[in-house]
Amino acid sequence: MFLIPCPFCGPRDQSEFSYGGEAHIARPTEPEALSDEDWANFVFMRSNPKGVFAERWHHTAGCGKWFNVLRNTATDEVLASYKTGEPPPAVAGFQLATPSGEPPIGSGNDGTKVVP
Amino acid sequence: MSHYSLLQLARHSLNGHVGWTPAWRSSGLKERYDAVVIGGGGHGCATAYYLAKEHGLTNTAVIEKGWIGGGNAGRNTTIIRSNYLYDASAAIYDHAMQLWKTLGRELNFNVMMSHRGVINLAHDDNEMRQLKRRVEANRLNGVDAEWLDARQVQEYCPIISISPDARYPVLGGTLQRSGGVNRHDAVVWGYARAASALGVDIIENCEVTGLEVQGRDIVGLRTTRGDITCPKVASVAAGHTSVIAKMADIRLPIESHPLQALVSEPVKPIHNCVVMSNAVHAYCSQSDKGELVIGAGIDPHISYTQRGAFPIIEETLAAILELFPIFSRLKLMRHWGGIVDVCPDASPIISKTPVRGFYINAGWGTGGWKATPGSGQVFADLVANDEPNKIAAPFSLDRFTSGRLVAEHGAAAVAH
Repeated sequence: MFLIPCPFCGPRDQSEFSYGGEAHIARPTEPEALSDEDWANFVFMRSNPKGVFAERWHHTAGCGKWFNVLRNTATDEVLASYKTGEPPPAVAGFQLATPSGEPPIGSGNDGTKVVP
Repeated sequence: MSHYSLLQLARHSLNGHVGWTPAWRSSGLKERYDAVVIGGGGHGCATAYYLAKEHGLTNTAVIEKGWIGGGNAGRNTTIIRSNYLYDASAAIYDHAMQLWKTLGRELNFNVMMSHRGVINLAHDDNEMRQLKRRVEANRLNGVDAEWLDARQVQEYCPIISISPDARYPVLGGTLQRSGGVNRHDAVVWGYARAASALGVDIIENCEVTGLEVQGRDIVGLRTTRGDITCPKVASVAAGHTSVIAKMADIRLPIESHPLQALVSEPVKPIHNCVVMSNAVHAYCSQSDKGELVIGAGIDPHISYTQRGAFPIIEETLAAILELFPIFSRLKLMRHWGGIVDVCPDASPIISKTPVRGFYINAGWGTGGWKATPGSGQVFADLVANDEPNKIAAPFSLDRFTSGRLVAEHGAAAVAH
């Protein structure tokens, strides 16, 4: 359970929002030129990282606007929110923690690293 | 490994139960294995067991980041059923169902399998039509299924409310009599013990930190307890599958979500079967300890935290109370979350990957427990032979390119 800072309304309870999944997945500009692999990559494949993740939220019970959030999926810590169409803000400098404060072992655990 | 029996239980009870030995050998990590299984949950331990037993790959290790049975194996609601709509799903889940029936004897470990029946409720005309269709599809696939009207539902499960005044009244339901519940710890411990007895090393508290890939072949992996050389790596990492696959630069169609469950305080036996409802979203059974075991739906956002949001719980409990008004005074005792790996078509991935020798068994989402023995057996077959067998073939990764999905979202009998 977390608060989500809507760029238009300010911080609100998570239950006011609907989830829109991974952000910045660009629709193919030349769909007729796409191979089956490219389509699979666009439609189905997701980064699903353990760590910093750019995702879309919809303020359903508020302003009704879509926007993007940077969140650490290892801890649910919300790092930033920004408007649709903007690039994700740099979050370098944030000291990301693991859920139990365990040492940063495991190369797959991006929760212990700041990734751009 | 000593054989468990009534005689042995009696002998140890006379000695004050001080002579029991550990269920599996504690092993150090070797530098070289023929195969390594990443993930010591139910599916992982089962995979290692069948690799050793049916394919002779006894020089195998199970690498577990935490402890055996501490991940999703210890967090699920243990519901067993195989009443899926499509042929491919019915084949794998019913294969598992047949294995469950004799698993306790096979592993020499009481898995407390109780075939008490699973009811899936219908609350409107469309749902009735869908569920009746599923009953017929199940029967064509040899899966036991029958349709009950509301009165028959209440005969089978007397505490359920079929009041027509309910917001979503019970109009009927399907019953799979061979469905039921079992004991999650016993299954995963039983598989680990049986695998260990065949020579498999069970390595706990050992996290995989990297995969060694040379060209297109896997040659080994790095762990927090040392490096391993091995020609075959089988990932059965559930919610962390994307994390493992990323180590080999493989993208998967998987998203990891928290899934919550909870148990009530223990009460005397009152709930004699498993009741699931798609429309109001609730599923509930009673454990042998007397606790009501209640499962919720996934939280919509991606997270690795094993924590969900309270509104999900509130919704689930409201649904439970509508079905079972008798539970309104019960207190809840524990509440937890697990990370489930959800696939876009709500079917698993049992597959080779672009990296030769690296295999993935994942994407079971919210309903993997019921498949544990079948999943382990067909995955072991794939790892040993480098080719999927007839049951595993429809669940390969290339279905997302070919479009041949096994779309069980609407038919999996519970919302995701």
